[in-house]
Amino acid sequence: MPLIEVKNLSKLYVIGRKQQYHRLTESITMLMSHPVRTIGMATAKKPTIWALKNVSFNVNRGEVVGIIGANGAGKSTLLKILTQITYPTEGEVRLRGRAGALLEVGTGFHPELTGRENIYQNGALLGMKKREIDKKFDEIVRFSEMEKFIDTPVKRYSSGMYVRLGFAVAAHLESDILIVDEVLAVGDARFQKKCLRKMKDVSEGGRTVLFVSHDLTSIKRLCSRTILLKDGRLISDGDTEKVIFDYGGDIKDTTLKRDWKDHGEAPQNGSAVLLGVRICNENGEDLTELTTDTPFGIEIRYLVKQEQVHPGLSLTLHDTWHYPIFNTFNNHEPKWYGRTSPPGIYRSICMVPGKLLNSGWFSISVRLMGKEHSDSRLVPEVLKLEILDGPLVRGDYTGDYHGVLRPQLEWITRKKE
Amino acid sequence: MALGPDRKGETYVKTTTEPIQIIKNRRGLFHINLKELWFYREMLLFLTWKEITIRYRQTLLGALWAVIQPLFLSIIFTVIFGNIVSISSVDVPYLLFTYVGLILWTYFSNTLTYASMSLVSNANILSKAYFPRILLPLSVCLVGLLDYAIAVILIFVFMIYFNIPPTPWLVFMMVPLFLTFLLAAGIGFFLSAICVKYRDVRYATPFLIQMLFFVSPIFYPVHISEGWFGKVLLFNPLTGIMNAQRACIIDHTTIDWLSLFTATCITLILFIGGVLYFSRYDREFADVI
Repeated sequence: MPLIEVKNLSKLYVIGRKQQYHRLTESITMLMSHPVRTIGMATAKKPTIWALKNVSFNVNRGEVVGIIGANGAGKSTLLKILTQITYPTEGEVRLRGRAGALLEVGTGFHPELTGRENIYQNGALLGMKKREIDKKFDEIVRFSEMEKFIDTPVKRYSSGMYVRLGFAVAAHLESDILIVDEVLAVGDARFQKKCLRKMKDVSEGGRTVLFVSHDLTSIKRLCSRTILLKDGRLISDGDTEKVIFDYGGDIKDTTLKRDWKDHGEAPQNGSAVLLGVRICNENGEDLTELTTDTPFGIEIRYLVKQEQVHPGLSLTLHDTWHYPIFNTFNNHEPKWYGRTSPPGIYRSICMVPGKLLNSGWFSISVRLMGKEHSDSRLVPEVLKLEILDGPLVRGDYTGDYHGVLRPQLEWITRKKE
Repeated sequence: MALGPDRKGETYVKTTTEPIQIIKNRRGLFHINLKELWFYREMLLFLTWKEITIRYRQTLLGALWAVIQPLFLSIIFTVIFGNIVSISSVDVPYLLFTYVGLILWTYFSNTLTYASMSLVSNANILSKAYFPRILLPLSVCLVGLLDYAIAVILIFVFMIYFNIPPTPWLVFMMVPLFLTFLLAAGIGFFLSAICVKYRDVRYATPFLIQMLFFVSPIFYPVHISEGWFGKVLLFNPLTGIMNAQRACIIDHTTIDWLSLFTATCITLILFIGGVLYFSRYDREFADVI
């Protein structure tokens, strides 16, 4: 028996109606001055949009389902219907259990109330009983790491503290269905990880999690199944990897490792076959987290197919808008460059120094070259990486860095006279 | 169905089948889900408690304001109407007379003001979480009761001062208060629901309250107004309510059963009408607000 059954769900919005309240006097003056036109307008079809159209799917107990799609695809509308904030125009949802929603962390937090008071207030808003909150209170505080500030009014909190407390309350809700919308867009990387882990615990405890995010890496890490919405319709539903592939190359996705098992399908040129590309550290071990401070290596594994070839390699690093930042060649290895490489499997590592790149999203393209200029093969965007903010270059500066690079450069100041 | 153990080693076992909840477009006019309201009863208390906390936080005198406002107004009325313009037909201390009317009026008018704005000023939680929307105006109606309870204490002080012996009728003070609660809630439901779509309510409500002030027997007794004005007064449910309130406290023989009956009928009609109107539109609030 599925926990959530969504059947032919559709929601029609009248465009411009939201956020646009009417003025009674305007309605009356309109009616007075143009009686026919006003009545005509009232009955005429206003421009409408189907925020959701015929969406159907089932979710079973204990499943963790990701919901992805571009802005305006209908993700939020779907969640709002599932949480009864708004109602569908057509179709229906059958819920077997209690849904706890986390549409926006810290919803209903009142700035004048203390953290403690807001936990109770927020819990009540999510449908928790006071007894339930009492039982969970210490756990919530511990999770949010807010012990010191729990009796401080939240108006004195930083935005990060706000998010931590908000997530903690909702995650400890004893609902059968936990709905999480984009909460992890804020907060530091360490807390984001903690949240993901918590959601994993929640699902392993038998509860169902619906997780909406633009961050495909988190979706991949958490959800085995994903639903893709586009223009209000369900486009794809199934295995996360497959659905994300359908979704196409969204930039906010990290791929730190690529392997080609089948030599036939692997990118190759006349000299060599690409076997794999990955991000590693100096010792050749996998790296999973990159910061602006960490040096990292890009390892290319390739198979030299035949005698008397000298394959060359080139890498290009692009920023999130696909602009190249740098291009590098392996033409400074006297032992290999310009010489023939005997057949076999090779491993080349290109080290990118730390304290060079700014935080953000980057992609890497690999080019296989041969003896002839024409014998080259470009593999675009093999890897996608996110560089996180590191503390070393930053020092005590807390603001933003402009540009795609954040090198640590030498400053020299001398007093003249 | 047994599910995996959680961190404490307990096991979630779902033995009973969960009630199925169906979310779909409701057809028909009115939907009042009393079972759901009961489920959310704690939230009503939380909202009330929050409202009280916020209103009096960072104030010096706190809940004392509940007494100060009506007390000073009734002193002003006593000075103006008791001395300069003579409303002589009151045979009880005029100060007590107006004070009783004023605390009921303060409760009514404050509640109406806050209730009419209750949905709009909570738009952020309205569009981000689900709960029966009627809890918002309803909690505002409960908040005022605390102020009222504090203000009532001064009545007993006055009764001792003016040497008015208490009678068992004092207990029935609750009835006019309850009627005022229903009346303020009923109109509050209407106004708050309309305000979601038409913000004119924000300007209309103070105006409405001001007009009601003059056609309510707050600083004058009902019987001085004869003729057509007397008839207008009879249609104002506050007339019967305030009259009954004074009768319970000062002299129970003056109770006017007819006007109390009329007031009760009008109040009930407005309350039920308010609830129905509110529940007719409450599912659209999040889309329109």
